[in-house]
Amino acid sequence: MNLIKYRYIFFFISTVLTIASIAAVFIYGLKPGIDFTGGTLWQISATQIDINEIKDFFEQNLNVKNATIYPEAESQSYLIKLGHISEEEHQSYLATLNYKFGQIEEMRYEAIGPAIGKELKGKAVWAIILVILGISLYVAYAFRKVSYPVKSWKYGIITLITLFHDVIVSVGALALLGWKFGVELDTKFIVALLVIIGFSVHDTIVVFDRIRENLLLDRGRKDLKEIINDSVRQTFARSVNTSLTLVLTLLALFFYGPLTLKYFVLLIMTGTIIGTYSSIFIASPSLLFFRNK
Amino acid sequence: MKRPIFLFFIIILLAIVAVFFVYPKFPQPFNWLEKKLPWKLGLDLVGGTHLIYEIDMNQVAGVDRDSVISGLRDVIEKRVNLFGVAEPSIVTAKEGDNYRLIVELAGIKDVKEAVNQIGSTPLLEFYETSAVGTSTQFIPTNLTGRYLKGSQIDFDQTTGAPQIALQFNDEGAKIFEEITGRNVDKLVCVSIDRQINDNDCATVQEKISGGRAQITGRFTPEEAKRIVSRFNAGALPAPINLISQQLVGASLGQESLKKAIYGGLIGTLAVMVFMIIYYRTRGIFASLALLIYTALTLAILKLFSATMTLSGIAGFILSIGMAVDANILIFERTKEEIKKGLTKISAIEEGFKRAWPSIRDSNVSTIITSLILYFFTTSFVKGFALTLLIGVLVSMFSAITITRTMMRVFVKK
Repeated sequence: MNLIKYRYIFFFISTVLTIASIAAVFIYGLKPGIDFTGGTLWQISATQIDINEIKDFFEQNLNVKNATIYPEAESQSYLIKLGHISEEEHQSYLATLNYKFGQIEEMRYEAIGPAIGKELKGKAVWAIILVILGISLYVAYAFRKVSYPVKSWKYGIITLITLFHDVIVSVGALALLGWKFGVELDTKFIVALLVIIGFSVHDTIVVFDRIRENLLLDRGRKDLKEIINDSVRQTFARSVNTSLTLVLTLLALFFYGPLTLKYFVLLIMTGTIIGTYSSIFIASPSLLFFRNK
Repeated sequence: MKRPIFLFFIIILLAIVAVFFVYPKFPQPFNWLEKKLPWKLGLDLVGGTHLIYEIDMNQVAGVDRDSVISGLRDVIEKRVNLFGVAEPSIVTAKEGDNYRLIVELAGIKDVKEAVNQIGSTPLLEFYETSAVGTSTQFIPTNLTGRYLKGSQIDFDQTTGAPQIALQFNDEGAKIFEEITGRNVDKLVCVSIDRQINDNDCATVQEKISGGRAQITGRFTPEEAKRIVSRFNAGALPAPINLISQQLVGASLGQESLKKAIYGGLIGTLAVMVFMIIYYRTRGIFASLALLIYTALTLAILKLFSATMTLSGIAGFILSIGMAVDANILIFERTKEEIKKGLTKISAIEEGFKRAWPSIRDSNVSTIITSLILYFFTTSFVKGFALTLLIGVLVSMFSAITITRTMMRVFVKK
């Protein structure tokens, strides 16, 4: 496998992926979840009721215009998203629903006030900032030694660039999922994103560690291209196998696990695969651009 | 090299103890252990309601706030105990300038009733009045339900109408004395839940010591009885507002739990199958180490009585996927050492030694992420971060110590 020879193909693929992701975010947008905006999420079991019946019911009988209703086939229920409603309204809607459709079961009800939403949003932003800061500091620490023929801070910069690449592609995937299935940018997604960040970095660090080890061993005997190729080949099995075991557990959760975690799991899986790809095919060849002349 | 048989047996023993601790299913006569060692499951798995109230502190002076909060907590706890919820959780929290009360009720059927009872616990206040033109202005005093010692139902001697007798504690008695003292010949009113009726007001004849007061006039006997029992559970020392509510039906919760465990089992199995196919004998050791890892991590989580939520289980399952990472690093390294011409045994030892820096480095970023998630976010995330963190830490131990011990014991020279 000659990675360096084909590096431009990989750079091209990643550029396309990144642009497509950014475009997806601009075209489809990201729907903020109710835990950030405040609002109501209601899941009711309804085996015999048609979706249009429910829609009409909310619009006409309850006079709620801004309700979004998704059927969830697997659990034979409906997910209803509303603005923030009070407990009195909730109880009166429930009573009316029961009256109209017979005894329905309330599977889940979340009403988040705007104040809490604002607070959760603030916390999410803080968590993101702190994680990026913490990881950057760690990267700087991890690459403090070895500066020939690539300055050590440049390893750090490349690690962070691949990190942003992975994050952008994952956010793009979320925009697509939002457009197709109504998946929202909520706390769960922020967690998924932070897990992806951690994973992306550790994968890249392992490959870079090996490159630095080989640089010390083969100093002067081989050129950088050859060393990068060797190092990637040596760590390839490890990178792929590690991601593979993670992907295996995620696949099991995706297909057999609880429905509420489905998209959370899917996003971590996307990030894991992208993170592995970028640490092998993007991070290491990028070192060539940064080589000391 | 000596075979560490003793260490091996300790690990096996530890694993067996962990399994029985995690899943204490015993035949008669030891089946009582199962009840002694229950898992703490989150509301999203057993079904229940999570309520967040904002405490209105506008009327409460800064120095009194702590005592108001603890009073409020006690009152609501008594209230909640009245409708018999197993292990309710009531905590208070401060967010910026806001005071919050978080109530968790597991497995409750009639949420509507619960919310009503908590919210409408009567708020008792006393007002002074001053005449402004023809209307009366009500001025709140600092005498509220939190100074109440007890109350009982009385009947008027002449009309037989039910009335509520209030007894204040010492502090409350003093305040009541002051209020009545400065309001002789004026109206003083008592209100329940911010409603003042004409007959809740009385003209003060003289300063009243001893801390006794009465609310008369507007109750049916049933109403009076209900209010008295609520007062005795305690009136709310400050008004509260429901600002967030989460409810998970019991059936959805149980379904989630079942599926999460099922998904986790299949995931673990898939990882083991992969490891055995790819690494053969070494894969068997890694798989056994993974099983021991699972038992140990669950035992540690249970030992610290961590509440298992859906996100917590997700974090744990994720850590299972990551746990073999250390083994993969070691085995790949071992392969290289064999290629360099080392004997099998020394290649394995070398693999363990050389892989350690990579294992440490690759786990640090996950540890950073989970620590930040744990300390800077809310409950959904905390559960996830905690299990992921503990999982990663245990895996660093298990993948190295356990796998190495097993290989030292079993690999032929």
